[in-house]
Amino acid sequence: MARLQSFDDVFYNAQRQGRVSFYMQHAGEEAAIVGSAAALEPSDVIFSQYREAGALFWRGFTVQQAADQCASNEDDLGKGRQMPVHYGSAEHNFQTISSPLATQIPQAAGAAYALKLTPNNKSVVLCYFGEGAASEGDFHAGMNFAATTQSPCIFFCRNNGYAISTPTKDQYRGDGIISRAAGYGMCAIRVDGNDIFAVHRATQEARKIALTENKPVFIEVMSYRRGHHSTSDDSTRYRSVNEINEWIDLCPVRRLRRYMEDREWWNNDLETALREEERREVMKALESAEKKNYPPPSELFTDVYDVLPPHLEKQQKELQEHMAKYPDHLPHLDIKF
Amino acid sequence: MNFVGSINDAIRIALKTDDTAVVFGEDVAFGGVFRATVGLKEEFGEHRVFNTPLCEQGIAGFAIGYAAMGKTAIAEIQFADYIFPAFDQIVNEAAKYRYRSGGQFNVGNLVFRTPCGAVGHGGLYHSQSPEAYFAHTPGLKVVMPSSPSEAKGLLLASIRDNNPIIFFEPKCLYRAAVEEVPTGDYTLPLGVANVVKEGKDITLVGWGAQIHVVKKAAALAEEAGISCEVIDLRTILPWDVDTIANSVLKTGRLIVSHEAPQTGGFAGEIATTIQKECFLSLEAPIERVCGYDTPFPLAFEKQYVPDQFKIFEAIKRTVNF
Repeated sequence: MARLQSFDDVFYNAQRQGRVSFYMQHAGEEAAIVGSAAALEPSDVIFSQYREAGALFWRGFTVQQAADQCASNEDDLGKGRQMPVHYGSAEHNFQTISSPLATQIPQAAGAAYALKLTPNNKSVVLCYFGEGAASEGDFHAGMNFAATTQSPCIFFCRNNGYAISTPTKDQYRGDGIISRAAGYGMCAIRVDGNDIFAVHRATQEARKIALTENKPVFIEVMSYRRGHHSTSDDSTRYRSVNEINEWIDLCPVRRLRRYMEDREWWNNDLETALREEERREVMKALESAEKKNYPPPSELFTDVYDVLPPHLEKQQKELQEHMAKYPDHLPHLDIKF
Repeated sequence: MNFVGSINDAIRIALKTDDTAVVFGEDVAFGGVFRATVGLKEEFGEHRVFNTPLCEQGIAGFAIGYAAMGKTAIAEIQFADYIFPAFDQIVNEAAKYRYRSGGQFNVGNLVFRTPCGAVGHGGLYHSQSPEAYFAHTPGLKVVMPSSPSEAKGLLLASIRDNNPIIFFEPKCLYRAAVEEVPTGDYTLPLGVANVVKEGKDITLVGWGAQIHVVKKAAALAEEAGISCEVIDLRTILPWDVDTIANSVLKTGRLIVSHEAPQTGGFAGEIATTIQKECFLSLEAPIERVCGYDTPFPLAFEKQYVPDQFKIFEAIKRTVNF
């Protein structure tokens, strides 16, 4: 969580300085994500929305890998094709994020069905999304499909109070998102998202049910999005600074810290050392990421299909010739095709 | 074997040869509203052949998630007219899954099968040919067979191809089209057009059920002394530019015909590319004979569709230019 906070801090500021084009923070929701990720096995498949990098870091994704994605450089696993924070890592069983909201929900149901049909299956799918995304039709589709196919999927909703500027009162009138689960015949639990132990415990239990009983489980965690929606947002335009500040003391990371300090497992010196170390590593990662090149322009055309079809080969050649003719006017001066 | 029988046969072979393959969609379990999946649940079990809730976006999303795990999903959309709720999942997710992940993930083992096209009494919502919407989506392949033997080979090829594919099945051919179909396991190449009939005066391009209308027009033209080369496009994306271009370099004339509305229809794409590739060989402007730019009407279906007489008139105009 400290790593996530350091990364958030450095990269939010990096965006403001024009060093990365875009960033999204996780302030207020660190425990919800890290707590749940910690209850999973590495073989469990994660589908997510965009505010769950904590799960990736938990699984061992390095700050360098994350920085490379945000900088869209040649080491980005996504080959520089997507906006920052659209992470994905096959090695860490974390499906690549896409910007359209809630599309991952029925996909998670399908992936869970694939697990169910696998002999000796020991894995589940966990699908993250926010309370705003839960208004999309894909939410209804995914929940219903997981229920009717009886698939081992944990649907994990971060109810953080806002979908960009839209407060929950404009998003739904029922009792949060959990009230819908019963409509799908699904068992469900609501958890204090800022209590890392509660989140962990609930996810553990959900995982057990999903796996042993082959059925979907719904978890709604109540939390608060302390940061802006993204670097393109200024949330003081729709909520008061007072409201935001009220939640600083309720920060889930502070809460865990106080718990640990009370038991003398932690202290100021350890805190300072940890924060300095994490910040140093993130700064190193940012500086290294910035220095790397973009991927070569040939990667513009690859992976559209498994193999380049004739019309893309033709277009690739056209771009190559065009870049040769206008070497000074297109970026990536030093990049070979 | 008829067209739907050959579809059924292809799916059966796919399920037999690929343990991970599953078939699902609305009403698939009892055999399907067009009987495309008859007998499959009995043979392969309810875990592999099953009904989904009535929800196209769910069918699409579920199929994508299943295929993302490296397994084979054969998803049915009951009518192509109802594919639109799934458009976001197909265009924004399936088509871009490999590209956006840097090649780490893909949904190559995914086919959406869907009946399309005029059927005589379908009206607005049981007659559409929406191939053009999907042809505009990089990352997808779009296939439309024109006969039972083509359907079996192209469907098996599509299921085994490592890219997400929309497989359109002209529903009016399901029972009407009957021919000898090889019984074994075979595929036909994707991205390759089929020269159905050779000729030297004019090239006629069509796909799906329309190819049979084009052949009738060609027969009328033959009587008038015009030799027509008829090409079945088969794969709409990526389409076989070389076969069409080589034909037009020979004949100097081209007509493209499809049921779908003219404006924004796929004939425009073919005409544009061919006029560039074959400009100096063209003896006449390229013509399109398509559905009118209206929703698909019921009472006026016979007037709406691009029939062999409209194509024949276009052939005469082109040859006499």
